[in-house]
Amino acid sequence: MSQAKKSSAISGATLKRLFNYFGVYRPLLIIVVLFVMLSAVASAASSLFLRSLIDDNIMPLVGVANPDFSGLAEAILRMCMILAGGACSTLIYGWIMAYVAQRTMELLRDEMFEKMQRLPIRYFDTNEYGDIMSLYTNDVDTLRQMMAQTFTAAVSSVFTLVTVFVSMLTVSVWLTVLMVLGIFCVIAITRAILKISGPYFVQQQQTLAALDGYVEEMINGLKVVKVFCHEQEAKATMNARNAAWVEAARLANGHSMAMMPIVNGMGYLQYIVVAVVGAYMAIAGVTNLSLSGTGTMTVGMIASFLTLSRNFTMPITQISSQMNAIVTAMAGAVRIFDMLDEPEEEDDGDVVLVNARENADGSLAECTERTGIWAWKHTDADGSVHYQRQRGDVVMEHVDFSYQPDKPVLHDISLYAKPGQKVAFVGATGAGKTTITNLLNRFYDIDDGAIRYDGINIGRIRKDDLRRSLGIVLQDVNLFTASVMDNIRYGNPEATDDDCIRAARLANADGFIRMLPEGYDTILSGDGAGLSQGQRQLLSIARAAVSNPPVMILDEATSSIDTRTEALVQDGMDKLMAGRTVFVIAHRLSTIQNADVVMVLDHGRIIERGNHDELMAQRGTYYQLYTGAFELE
Amino acid sequence: MLKTILASVREYKRPTFVTIFFAGIEALFEIVIPFWMSYLIDRGIQAGNLAEVWRYGLLLLLFAGLQMFSGVMAAYKGSEASAGFSGNLRHDMFARVQDYSFANIDKFSTASIVTRLTTDITYIRNAYNMLIRMAVRSPLMMIFAIIAAFSINREVSMVFVVVMPVLAVALGLIIYFSFPIFNDIFANYDHLNNVVQEDIRGIRVVKSFNRQAHEIGKFNAVSAIIRRLYFKAEAIISLNGPIMQLCMYACMMLISWFGAHAIVASGNNAAQGLTTGELTALFTYAMQILMGMMMISFVFVMILIALSPCRRVAEILTEESTITSPEGGVRTVRDGEVCFEHVYFNYRDAQDQDVLSDINLTFPSGSTIGILGATGASKSSLVQLIPRLYDVASGRVTVGGVDVRDYDIEALREEVAMVLQKNELFGGSIRDNLRWGNPDASDADIAHVCELACADEFIAQMPDGYDTHIEQGGSNVSGGQKQRLCIARALLKRPKILILDDSTSAVDTRTDAKIQAGLREYIPETTKIIIAQRVSSLAHADQIVVMDEGRVVATGDHETLLAHCDIYRDVYESQQKGGMEE
Repeated sequence: MSQAKKSSAISGATLKRLFNYFGVYRPLLIIVVLFVMLSAVASAASSLFLRSLIDDNIMPLVGVANPDFSGLAEAILRMCMILAGGACSTLIYGWIMAYVAQRTMELLRDEMFEKMQRLPIRYFDTNEYGDIMSLYTNDVDTLRQMMAQTFTAAVSSVFTLVTVFVSMLTVSVWLTVLMVLGIFCVIAITRAILKISGPYFVQQQQTLAALDGYVEEMINGLKVVKVFCHEQEAKATMNARNAAWVEAARLANGHSMAMMPIVNGMGYLQYIVVAVVGAYMAIAGVTNLSLSGTGTMTVGMIASFLTLSRNFTMPITQISSQMNAIVTAMAGAVRIFDMLDEPEEEDDGDVVLVNARENADGSLAECTERTGIWAWKHTDADGSVHYQRQRGDVVMEHVDFSYQPDKPVLHDISLYAKPGQKVAFVGATGAGKTTITNLLNRFYDIDDGAIRYDGINIGRIRKDDLRRSLGIVLQDVNLFTASVMDNIRYGNPEATDDDCIRAARLANADGFIRMLPEGYDTILSGDGAGLSQGQRQLLSIARAAVSNPPVMILDEATSSIDTRTEALVQDGMDKLMAGRTVFVIAHRLSTIQNADVVMVLDHGRIIERGNHDELMAQRGTYYQLYTGAFELE
Repeated sequence: MLKTILASVREYKRPTFVTIFFAGIEALFEIVIPFWMSYLIDRGIQAGNLAEVWRYGLLLLLFAGLQMFSGVMAAYKGSEASAGFSGNLRHDMFARVQDYSFANIDKFSTASIVTRLTTDITYIRNAYNMLIRMAVRSPLMMIFAIIAAFSINREVSMVFVVVMPVLAVALGLIIYFSFPIFNDIFANYDHLNNVVQEDIRGIRVVKSFNRQAHEIGKFNAVSAIIRRLYFKAEAIISLNGPIMQLCMYACMMLISWFGAHAIVASGNNAAQGLTTGELTALFTYAMQILMGMMMISFVFVMILIALSPCRRVAEILTEESTITSPEGGVRTVRDGEVCFEHVYFNYRDAQDQDVLSDINLTFPSGSTIGILGATGASKSSLVQLIPRLYDVASGRVTVGGVDVRDYDIEALREEVAMVLQKNELFGGSIRDNLRWGNPDASDADIAHVCELACADEFIAQMPDGYDTHIEQGGSNVSGGQKQRLCIARALLKRPKILILDDSTSAVDTRTDAKIQAGLREYIPETTKIIIAQRVSSLAHADQIVVMDEGRVVATGDHETLLAHCDIYRDVYESQQKGGMEE
């Protein structure tokens, strides 16, 4: 699916957008420009110095009996001051630029990550993990390499170009025209090369993401590879992707690195053309036109013009040497901006969940402290607000859903759960059980029908508040690199240590946590490596318990745990469910017999509903499922 | 270490040397061309001699053309060499890792292997590219320039002897102070990537608990540390430019002073000593010498940065697999009989506690074996010895009457299909995934095994049936679907021994029963070894092995164990409790 997505190409818009990130630091950038100019002036002064040194301070002394070097010493000292100032300027703009570049990188990184948090689950389900990771590892890194140097190099080059250009005009307009024509050639060549290499750079970043993704997948599944003796096939696919990358990298970098010698060579060519043409003009006595008026071309003029012409092509060569970094960075930027332009999770809900206090007359009032009472706060069009107590009543009405437009997954699902009731879903794998929970918390939005929470269409509830009002224990347990305590607190950042320990006790996790080397302060890493599946599930239950919402979704863990731990998990779950509206996705029939209502799902439809006894009496699918289990004894 | 890595250059040796050669030529012309340019001005233009202008102009054109050609060649060949070398290196590492045993994989951890194969290689490639283009070119340019300068005027050139060490020390100090910061930065990058990784993998948890702000906070914190460290490093590195300028300017001023004296003393006569034209040339060489030094220091930093990636890559390349196939190993497996004879096993070294102690078991060919036991009872460790994923510490495991260590490994694993507890599917179609079991399987074969694994139904409902694309890691199928696909994949091998390591835990009981019945009926000759937590999954087994803490506690069929084994009875009763209330 991700392959189908079209990547925008490198364009001026990308560069402009990238530059906008600098925009925040405009005042600093102005200072940078200033110091870059100062530094350029100093270096220009150093090249002019030579001429005056020879003409004013050396030649007059030649042949003099007792030469007086004090004038020379003075000139050198004066120059020393200017040059020291130039070096200081270089240092200052270097520091400011390092600051701006690093700030900008941070800004971009942070924006990417924040954006990622707002992307819908669909993005994560349809994009390869390795591909997303590559944005942060490969693509951002290419930008960093460019940022610090390119801006100052560009400013310094442009400044030098302008001053040299004016100086050239004061010598000869005709020769300057000749130079400018040459520059157009250089620009044309540069553009042509960029046009060829640009797509290769995009290709390089893409093939690298594909390659890294494959490597990561194969290494993570290495044990499976070995069990199936699939080493040769893995190597073959890896070789193919590797070869594709080598080819793209070779062409991309080859072209852009060739740019510098080509531009350099063009500079010499210009030099020679100017020398020959200038010599002809001088010898033929052609009338010269310059900013200072017309006159005859002299040899001295040509000599100094030639020196200027070197100074004119130098900055252009310098810019072209940066091209490799710029183009690679642009290719990375394109991928980053593609991600930043992904449509976000939509949230137009305006009903929010607030802490409330019950007044004497039974009405609700909003308050800031935790009261244990929660209320939905409705804001009407006229600005008036009213409160409704949160109870945990969930209704689904004729819900249809599909992940892809023409492949319906759920058909006409209707159900209701009164506060405190337990609704269980059973059915074969793939019948749509997990999908229903994806809809309740709006990981995905329904195609048709309605889901109401306390009578409010969930589309009208702000997503954060909707999810806050639903606790969830997912099938797969994800833990984070942090202490056990913080992993539990993940369910509710306001929970105190005592709250967390209480939740752990409720989930029967307290026992094993205390056996860990540092107890609750033990740092988990690598997704809780070192913990057993059962222990991970207990932590997941504790995490849900600490969030303490009125409605709970329990996707029963499928990973296997031994019977002793399973009993603990089951007991923890039971305690968690007490007094709440609960949706259970059951994989073991024994766990749902006390459900108020059991929905039997098949191919996305509810085919039977009722409590255990009613369903047994119906002698339908549920009965078969149930007795089927007994048959195994 | 470097020798190990450079062994991967192979067919790119030629492009590498070609690059170095042309980079050298380019550097030579860098020195020669300014010489001839000054001739063009002095002898051509200043003298007003058009013939000389043409002569030097054409010569210069030739030199410029040659330099451009060398530069372009160096660029293309350098790019080819560095891309090719890093491609080879990646290939060699990947191939090496494919030969690793489970023990080798455990030692490195998969995450670490992945970093070495991705990020580390990129650093090495950049360093290599820089090295072959600059390492020869810069010193060469510097040497040419020094020679040229001394040939003009020995006394004035002594200035370089003073200034160069100063610059060298300054650059050395910059490297000395900035390098440790870079190491720090890399460590923090690992940290940052870890935050991103956990966030992507756990995005459902993050969203369910509304912890986006928390994740962003974590990310921003590391992000800010990286920014600060980078700023610190770059602030030091930024000294490079100004220091270089200072040295450069100092050179110029000193040359001016001493040069002026020399010119005045000689009366600006080339035969007597220094002339003004030569003074100009000295300035140019001063710049080239110092520039060359800076480039060298730059290359040096690149190499330093690449050192630790090099070490990490070399570790992968030099690691010896702990399990290798014997020369001329047995290639045919008689039947599916499995025997454990006094088997002891541990994961690391002998000093570790034994994971399996004195296991003696015989599984007749074609039988169905159940293995039951609490977590940590070493059930998985036991079955992993059969396809020789690990080697025993002592005792022996035989398959079809032959010690597993005497088989050709591929032949053995061809006949022993194992569905691991940690199942993995791979990016590609369902059909591609299943064909891992047998690349030549027909569509009919595939449909048949899917039916046996009860996977046919949900596959039929998928948008593109057997062509449905599975995402990396199988993230778009549910746990139960994944398990059944993995079973189908294993069945496609038509193995003599089939091991299911807790492979139906996510499948509902009815489907589980159907799969078990299918296996009994359709592959009666295959020895089926099933690890499970549900007694119901094992009740039909010919023999059930109850394990606890690395030992076999009891063996027997369901009835026998129910009568005689306390552990088994406990487990059974606890699982039946729910159902018995009826």
